[in-house]
Amino acid sequence: MSDSTIAVDTHESDLQHHFANLEQQQEASVMGMWVFLITEIMFFGGMFAGYMIYRHLHYQGFVQGSLHMDFWWGTINTVVLLCSSLTMAMAVRAAQTSQRKAIVVFLLVTILFGLAFLGIKVIEYHSHWVEHQFPGHDFHLLDEKGQPSPYTSEAEVFFSFYWAMTGFHALHMVIGVGLVSWIAFLAWRGRYDAHYFTPVENVGLYWHFVDLVWIYLYPLLYLISNKHLSG
Amino acid sequence: MASAAVPLERENYLNKEYGIGSWLLTTDHKRIALLYLLSITFFFFIGGFFALLIRLELLTPAGDLVQADTYNKLFTMHGQVMVFFFLIPSVPAVLGNFLIPIMIGAKDLAFPRINLLSWYLYAIGGLFMLYTIVNGGVDTGWTFYTPLSSQFLDTQVVAAALAIFIAGFSSILTGLNFIVTVHRMRAPGMTWSRLPLFVWANYATAIIQVLGTPVLAITLMLVALERIFRLGIFDPQRGGDPLLFQHLFWFYSHPAVYIMILPGMGVVNEIVPCFSRKRVFGYRFMALAVIAIAVLGFLVWAHHMFVAGISLYAAMVFSLLSYFVAVPSAIKVFNWTATMYKGSVSFDTPMLYALGFIGLFMMGGLTGLFVAALGIDVHVHDTYFVVAHFHYIMVGGMVIAYLAGIHFWWPKISGRMYPEFWGKLAAMIIFVGFNLTFFPQFVLGYLGMPRRYWQYSPEFQVLNVFSTAGATILAVGYLLPMAYLLWSMRYGKIAGDNPWNAAGLEWTISSPPTTFNFDETPIVTHEAYNYGEIDQPKEVPVER
Repeated sequence: MSDSTIAVDTHESDLQHHFANLEQQQEASVMGMWVFLITEIMFFGGMFAGYMIYRHLHYQGFVQGSLHMDFWWGTINTVVLLCSSLTMAMAVRAAQTSQRKAIVVFLLVTILFGLAFLGIKVIEYHSHWVEHQFPGHDFHLLDEKGQPSPYTSEAEVFFSFYWAMTGFHALHMVIGVGLVSWIAFLAWRGRYDAHYFTPVENVGLYWHFVDLVWIYLYPLLYLISNKHLSG
Repeated sequence: MASAAVPLERENYLNKEYGIGSWLLTTDHKRIALLYLLSITFFFFIGGFFALLIRLELLTPAGDLVQADTYNKLFTMHGQVMVFFFLIPSVPAVLGNFLIPIMIGAKDLAFPRINLLSWYLYAIGGLFMLYTIVNGGVDTGWTFYTPLSSQFLDTQVVAAALAIFIAGFSSILTGLNFIVTVHRMRAPGMTWSRLPLFVWANYATAIIQVLGTPVLAITLMLVALERIFRLGIFDPQRGGDPLLFQHLFWFYSHPAVYIMILPGMGVVNEIVPCFSRKRVFGYRFMALAVIAIAVLGFLVWAHHMFVAGISLYAAMVFSLLSYFVAVPSAIKVFNWTATMYKGSVSFDTPMLYALGFIGLFMMGGLTGLFVAALGIDVHVHDTYFVVAHFHYIMVGGMVIAYLAGIHFWWPKISGRMYPEFWGKLAAMIIFVGFNLTFFPQFVLGYLGMPRRYWQYSPEFQVLNVFSTAGATILAVGYLLPMAYLLWSMRYGKIAGDNPWNAAGLEWTISSPPTTFNFDETPIVTHEAYNYGEIDQPKEVPVER
């Protein structure tokens, strides 16, 4: 970005009055995003800390709860999110190299992956709901033999974490899809190129962060018991 | 820039534009600071009104003024309004917002629009709080302890939690803005070791805001989810643990205590050298001390839970760590004293407040050591001793520092001087009123009067009458500055750019400042405490 000070005239309007040059503005924006992501880590960190303690206290309940996760939907969703992060990274790369059309295409593909993730999540939520796996609402849990599990109340705590953690994650996904749509629209208007693409980079950082949260949620919620893997 | 049509007054941030729209849509950090000033003053008087009702109820041992449930709501909403809607935004969002860009030689904060968004979030959170208040209130105590808050109360818990959640985001965004601004917006030559200590203090505060507040946000959300959807994370009947709530809550709320004192220390850091005409003593240690307090503040939360059933070993570790906080705090107090030593001290209003701060903060800090000690804490836990202790920090410390700062920088903010006589009088009234209110509470607590009780044994009445009398005096002390500061905006003496002969970039620009603060970006060549080189008209310059 060392040549940003010789930005052509059309980019002068990108510089806000209180910055000395585009480089300072870009550094400030990206740093702001990183600081924001730190707050997000602390936000999810509260739930992860609680999860850790309760899993230690109620290990069997957590295993029983985890057995009722749909392993395949979870795995497919993990792959979907990883792919979306790849296309997001490619969108940022396209911005860095001023390929205006490619930015839009990659962002649209990212949106599709994001919507696919949310769609699958809705299917999972629905099946948990109809099977009474929502805490506090006539909660049931059956063991392998179809009998009420002796760990029902502890699994209820597991499901409290499941709904809270994936719920807040899904909320972040919804916001993420909104943000990507917004910058996709601006990219389509030709707003971003190698001289000015900070919003693309920042939304990308946010998207990768939300992806990363899922990378932790997936093993913690779906893979506690290795039954699925060992057959 | 100056318009020829208005020859009398130079164009500044106040008279550049007029009308409601020019304020509500402004991105100027100085105007946003004034928006905060107005809104936190509003909430200060709401919180103060609750406090007055509490003190009136406690005038007699019998519960005769309000019902027991109403009393619970009064102290809950007093705490929530004062902590989240006055103390936390007080110095950072008003004085920090106004001064940080100017002190580092910048035209604005790094993200002016996010700054405005912070204020709107604060306002929306405030509206939720007002909704809570007028729709029956909330009686969880400001701490929202579960399972009381999640299962047993039928009051506006969710609305209050949302109010604080939203105001929390305002606080997070202010902190984020300050961190990025201090890192990226400093003028040429403004190195980290030349940064004014006020900026250091707000920077340390911003770190706490950014790291701590999200944990409070998720904790309150989990309580809200538990109430709305009946999740079971804090429900002991289903294997949830109410103690986890306390851990998460205090992980934020203990550092939040330092959000409520560090910026006040920053204010005193600027005032003491100016009115002692001396370089601040031990600049580096002063800067490191605020960072140390911010970091240590994250390691002591469980000292609020000594009697909640945590393990003895954990309690001992947290007790020891709590003692460590006393070290940087003592460095601050000693260095302020050393700054005054052999200085040429004058006692203008800001300095009176600053001296009050040092004394009262010391009382609050030292009694903090009492309650950090396991044995004494078991005795005084949940008594008025604790109430007195944290009011010495929050009111004796932060509110007084806030008033000190408002008076010190009022000439810069408004362009006019406040009336010095009334200023000194109000400072004295507040000091006397404060001590009369809260010192008896130390004694009450030590004698065993529990906090949050609506009735008490008759033998405690004398001290409670003292306390209520003090609160009345304190109220007069708070109303006075309201009146004369408003008066001074129109009738005060024109201040000039540097009425205190103070060092620091904010005193090199016009009062009130122009919208972009500096006509051209300043080049900084020295730190902001070179009082040895500034002439004081009536005094001989003092060698450091």
